[in-house]
Amino acid sequence: MTTLQTVFAKAKADNRAALVGYLPAGFPSKDGAIAAAAALVEAGCDVIEIGLPYSDPLMDGPTIQDAVHRSLTNGTRIADVLRTVEGVAATGAATLVMTYWNPIDRYGAERFARDLAAAGGVGTITPDLTPEESEPWRAASAAAGIDTVFLVAPSSTEARIKAVVDCCTGFVYAASLMGVTGARETVNVAAEGLVKRTREHTSLPVCVGLGVGTGAQAAEVASYADGVIVGSAFIRRMLDAPDEAAGRESCAALARDMAHGVRR
Amino acid sequence: MANEGTILTAADLAGNGAQGNDPDVHGKFGIFGGRFVPEALIPALDEVASVYEKAKNDQEFIREFDHLLRTYAGRPTTLTDVPRFSEQAGGARIVLKREDLTHTGAHKINNVLGQALLTKRLGKKRVIAETGAGQHGVATATAAALLGLECVIYMGAVDCERQALNVARMKLLGAQVVPVTNGSQTLKDAINEAFRDWVTNVDTTHYLFGTIAGPHPFPEMVRDFARIIGVEARRQIQELTGRLPDAVCAAVGGGSNAIGIFHAFLGDQDVRLHGYEAAGHGLDSGEHALTLTAGTVGVLHGSRTYVLQDDEGQTIESHSISAGLDYPGVGPEHAWLKDIGRATYHGVTDDQAMQAFSLLARTEGIIPAIESSHALAGALELGRELGPEATILVNLSGRGDKDMGTAMKYFNL
Repeated sequence: MTTLQTVFAKAKADNRAALVGYLPAGFPSKDGAIAAAAALVEAGCDVIEIGLPYSDPLMDGPTIQDAVHRSLTNGTRIADVLRTVEGVAATGAATLVMTYWNPIDRYGAERFARDLAAAGGVGTITPDLTPEESEPWRAASAAAGIDTVFLVAPSSTEARIKAVVDCCTGFVYAASLMGVTGARETVNVAAEGLVKRTREHTSLPVCVGLGVGTGAQAAEVASYADGVIVGSAFIRRMLDAPDEAAGRESCAALARDMAHGVRR
Repeated sequence: MANEGTILTAADLAGNGAQGNDPDVHGKFGIFGGRFVPEALIPALDEVASVYEKAKNDQEFIREFDHLLRTYAGRPTTLTDVPRFSEQAGGARIVLKREDLTHTGAHKINNVLGQALLTKRLGKKRVIAETGAGQHGVATATAAALLGLECVIYMGAVDCERQALNVARMKLLGAQVVPVTNGSQTLKDAINEAFRDWVTNVDTTHYLFGTIAGPHPFPEMVRDFARIIGVEARRQIQELTGRLPDAVCAAVGGGSNAIGIFHAFLGDQDVRLHGYEAAGHGLDSGEHALTLTAGTVGVLHGSRTYVLQDDEGQTIESHSISAGLDYPGVGPEHAWLKDIGRATYHGVTDDQAMQAFSLLARTEGIIPAIESSHALAGALELGRELGPEATILVNLSGRGDKDMGTAMKYFNL
C-alpha cells in the first residue's frame, strides 16, 4: 500500500507537485469507474480520490452532480465504493475516499474507517465535517491507521486555518475559490495566498483543488502547491464521450497533459 | 421593557428569562444542530451569528422589527374561537392563532422581516432563498421589495410547475426565480442550490433561510423571529379564557411555525405541545414526510437532526399533499424537544388534513392552508381524547388561497 507520506516525499524528491485525480465510484459504471481511475494512474496521477456518491452534494457544481446522480441511479452502494477503492489501490496509487459526512455517520465511523483501511484506502476527505464536529471521526481514523484531510478556504481566518490543519493528517486541501467544484477558465489568484497562509500553520503538504482543468493550470498551481487536485475536468470528458473506452482515453490524455504540467 | 405601543421586547425576541431552550456555543440542542457545512461558509455563519447577537439586544433593531411587524405584517394577529368546528372535537374548546391574517398570508413574514433587517446590518444588498410551495419565496420577495434588496429565489422545477401562481407573484415583486432541475427538483434540491449560490457570492449575499433547520445560527435565529406568535398567543389565550391552554398544536415541516408558537410555552409544564407531521399516504406506503415519527438521526443541510434516509445515509424523498410540509429533514430543536419528551409528534395523512381543511371552511368560514390543516386534524383527535373541559390552541399558520388548485383537484370542485 502506498501512503500519502510516500507519495509526497517522492514528489518532493523529484522536485515536482503530486497529481491528484477525483472520480466518483459507480460512474460511468461500477467497473468503469475502476478502469477509469486505473487509466488516470497509468497516465501519471499519484493519488486517486474516489467520491462516495451522496444524494445532496451541496458543494458540487453541475458536472459532479450529474455524475453522482448517474452513479446513484446505477445503484452504487458503500460496498461498491469500497470495492472501487480496493481495485484502484491495487494499481499502486494512494487511494482516498472523498465524502460528505452523513454516509459515514450512518454507516458508523469506526466501521467505515476499518472497512476503508481493509480495502487498502489511505484516508478520507470530508468537505462538510468541521473541526468542531470532527473528533469522533479523527479518533476512528487514527485507530484504523488512515489519514483525515479537511479543507481550508479563501475566506478562512488564521484561527480557522489553524483549527483545520490541526485536524489534518496526510495533507491539507486548499479550496482555490469561494464556490462549488467545476473547471474554470482561470485558477483563482487567491489560491496562492491561501497556500502561503496555510503553510504558516503546518508542515503538511498543501494541495489545491477547485477549478483546475488544463495542463497549463496544473503547472501554474504546481509552482506554489504540493499537489494539484483535478475532478470535474475528468468527469466532463467522460460525460461527453460516446462510450466508456473513449471517455477513459480522453481522461488519460488530459491526465498525461497534467502530469507534464506538474513537472514543468 | 417595551416602549409604549410596541408588541415586542428584547426578552420576547430572544426568549430571555422565558425558560428558553437555547443551544450551546456550537449551536447544539443536546446532540442536535451544529454546523456541517463547507469551511468556506464558516466565516459567513460566524458573521450572521455575531451580527444577530448584537441586533437582538439592540433597542434600535427591536424598534425597527416591531414597527414592521405592527404596521406592515399586521401584528398582533387575533385569536378566534371556533365553536362549530369544535363540535367535531368532542366539544373541547379549540382556539385558533390567526397567522393566516398576516400580510402575505402566512407566518413566514415574521422571519423574513427580521432577516431582511439583519441583511442591512450585515451590509449586504442581495438575498437568496429556497422555497417549496412558494410561500417563503413570496415572503422573501416581499421583504426584499420593501427594503430595496436584490432577491433571487431557488425553487425546484417540479414545484415551479405545481405553484405557477406563486412564481408569478415573486416575479411581480421583482425577484428572480431560478428553477432547480437537479436531483428530485423539489425543496431539498432548492436548498442545495441556494447553498451553492451562497458559497459563491457570500461577500454580497445573505441566505435568508426559511425555517429553523440548517447550520447554526439559523435554527436559533429563525426561531427567535417566529417567537412572537407564541408570545402573543400566550397572553391572548389567558385574556380570553382566564388560563393557559391544555395543549398547543402546530404543523411541522421544517418546524418554524411550530417552534414559533411552542417556544413561549416551553416553561409551562402543564401545557402539552403537539406537532403534526405529514403522513402523506400513510407510514406503510413509504410516501410521507414523517421525519420525527419515522426518521433516523443523521445530518442534512448542515445540521444534525432527524432525517428520512436509507441505511447508507442517502436522503429519501418525502411526500405530502402540502408542499410546505414536504421536506425530509426537520429543525434540530424539534428533534431535541422530541428526545427530551417536552413535545410529542404525530402523523396526519393527506386525507385527514383535507377533511379538516374542508371542515373549517364549512363550519367557520375560514379556508386554512393545507399545512395548517394538519394541525387542525390533530386538534380534532386530541379534543376527543381530552374532553369538553379542555382548551386547545392551534396555530393557523397560513391561509389556503394558494391551495385552491389542490383543493379543486382533491374535492372535484
